[in-house]
Amino acid sequence: MTKPHLELTGVGIDFPTPKGPFRALDTVNLKIREGEFVSLIGHSGCGKSTVLNIVAGLHQATRGGVVLDGREVNEPGPERAVVFQNHSLLPWLTAWENVQLAVKRVFGKTMTKHEMKDWITHNLELVHMGHAMHKRPSEISGGMKQRVGIARALAMQPKVLLMDEPFGALDALTRAHLQDSLMDIQAQLGNTVIMITHDVDEAVLLSDRIVMMTNGPSATIGEVLDVNLARPRDRIALADDSEYNRLRSQVLTFLYEKQRKIEPIGSRSTASPKKASEVA
Amino acid sequence: MTLQSTFKPVVRLREHIGDINPKAWLSAALLPIVGVLVFLGLWQLGAAQVDTSLGQFPGPAVVYDQAHALWDEHRTERAKEAAFFERQEERNAARVADDPTYEPRIRDYPGKPTFIDQIGTSLVTVLAGFILASLIAIPAGILIGLSRSAYQAANPIIQVFKPVSPLAWLPLVTMVVSAVYVSEDPMFEKSFITSMFTVTLCCLWPTLINTAVGVANIEQDLVNVSQVLRLPTLTHIRTIVIPSSIPMMFTGLRVSLGIAWMVLIAAEMLAQNPGLGKFVWDQFQNGSSDSLGRIMVAVLVIGLIGYGLDRTMLQLQKWVSWDKSTEQR
Repeated sequence: MTKPHLELTGVGIDFPTPKGPFRALDTVNLKIREGEFVSLIGHSGCGKSTVLNIVAGLHQATRGGVVLDGREVNEPGPERAVVFQNHSLLPWLTAWENVQLAVKRVFGKTMTKHEMKDWITHNLELVHMGHAMHKRPSEISGGMKQRVGIARALAMQPKVLLMDEPFGALDALTRAHLQDSLMDIQAQLGNTVIMITHDVDEAVLLSDRIVMMTNGPSATIGEVLDVNLARPRDRIALADDSEYNRLRSQVLTFLYEKQRKIEPIGSRSTASPKKASEVA
Repeated sequence: MTLQSTFKPVVRLREHIGDINPKAWLSAALLPIVGVLVFLGLWQLGAAQVDTSLGQFPGPAVVYDQAHALWDEHRTERAKEAAFFERQEERNAARVADDPTYEPRIRDYPGKPTFIDQIGTSLVTVLAGFILASLIAIPAGILIGLSRSAYQAANPIIQVFKPVSPLAWLPLVTMVVSAVYVSEDPMFEKSFITSMFTVTLCCLWPTLINTAVGVANIEQDLVNVSQVLRLPTLTHIRTIVIPSSIPMMFTGLRVSLGIAWMVLIAAEMLAQNPGLGKFVWDQFQNGSSDSLGRIMVAVLVIGLIGYGLDRTMLQLQKWVSWDKSTEQR
């Protein structure tokens, strides 16, 4: 393996609370190669999103740091594009204009107007949104909005694509559809991707490596699982694949035996023993 | 704004009306009429019971007659004015013919402003004061909403000045305008400037506060998008902050305009500045048997204009806002 593309070293973060600092993350070490697809999986409130936000530069690590291509990350930037969980499109702009905002920022000085126009259209067509490019977010479905969010991130040509539960808010069919699209795009473009997910099947299907996180406080990486399934992957064929099922059960074992999270039934929304709101 | 998006609400409205069953539609059209008729009846009955030193309190019929009379007076006055200028022109032409070195002077018409003129004066003043207030309050609100430090610095001042009545400002504004606004050939009347500033001072606050709250509560996700894109501050304000806070901004603007209109009438009454407020006060001082009816006409006109101003703001909001679902309230 060559020099890592993205490296997290001893990353930890404390959040201030009235009772003193709350240690949300501790000593997270992770090396990611160029073109690798890495999933972060763990129970809610374990700090997955915090890791992603630190890589994005939206949060500052209290200890340790993140290095991308030999440069330390300490602020957000378009080379680390984020696909947010709830799409985060600007509701007053059309799909096309949302992508345009990003393209103008990133390529405004290097591309001509015509090139930018082609590039925006190209990215929207990549996520199969060519037919609804000029609709506003309120006029398209949740899955379509998420596609536009992905197109916006891809259009920045990021070194690393960060995805925060990108399909979490979608129904199962739409989700499967988008997962397949994402696999196609990833095969074409070879982006480095870090994706947060709750979904074990999604993690195994999409990833080259699955990073499993322990529960907080002081959450960190518990185990890392290599996924050596041949690509392109087909969800139907894999359903009966013994390796796929072995990997799947390993993740499940980690989540539901080793890191079992005991939450009293019916209190998910009210009591939050781990200050989920601050960590997630 | 494309043509299509401008017409969309109309289409949606038509679909709505199509959906409504005839019974609901009938009551929606009929009930307001019933309400007005009941009000007119009660007014007529109530007015008959009240005797004042200026005669009986005017009922709807008297007020209607007075409205007519005021309109006729306006027409007569306009005709007189036209005649006055015609005579003046003739006179000047004759003198120039006699003596070519003579430079004709145009004298203003000395007649008193009519009710309609007063409405015009009040409308111009309220809009000038409101626009000036908006030009100050919107940028200041954006600044305060974006920066916690600016908010903390401005908050005590806003909280103290917000509840001040216009009548308390009025003497100060009058004195300051008299002292500062000195010019040989003033572009505006001093009374106009005084009324306008009083209106501005009182109607700044709702827009300022609502804009600040709207800006401070922009969705964090959208702010994150802006950070990831490293949008420069001005682009951030233009593409994210202003569109996000437009609904709150307009809530503030509508309250501000309402306050502006109420404040103006009070200020005109107290300061004897031209406008509807002065009309009401003059009628009261006049003490003729027509006075109460004329004041009542002014009250109704003030109410209708206030309503019209609010509707105009709502239309403006619909036109400006990306969110076409703004409720008509």
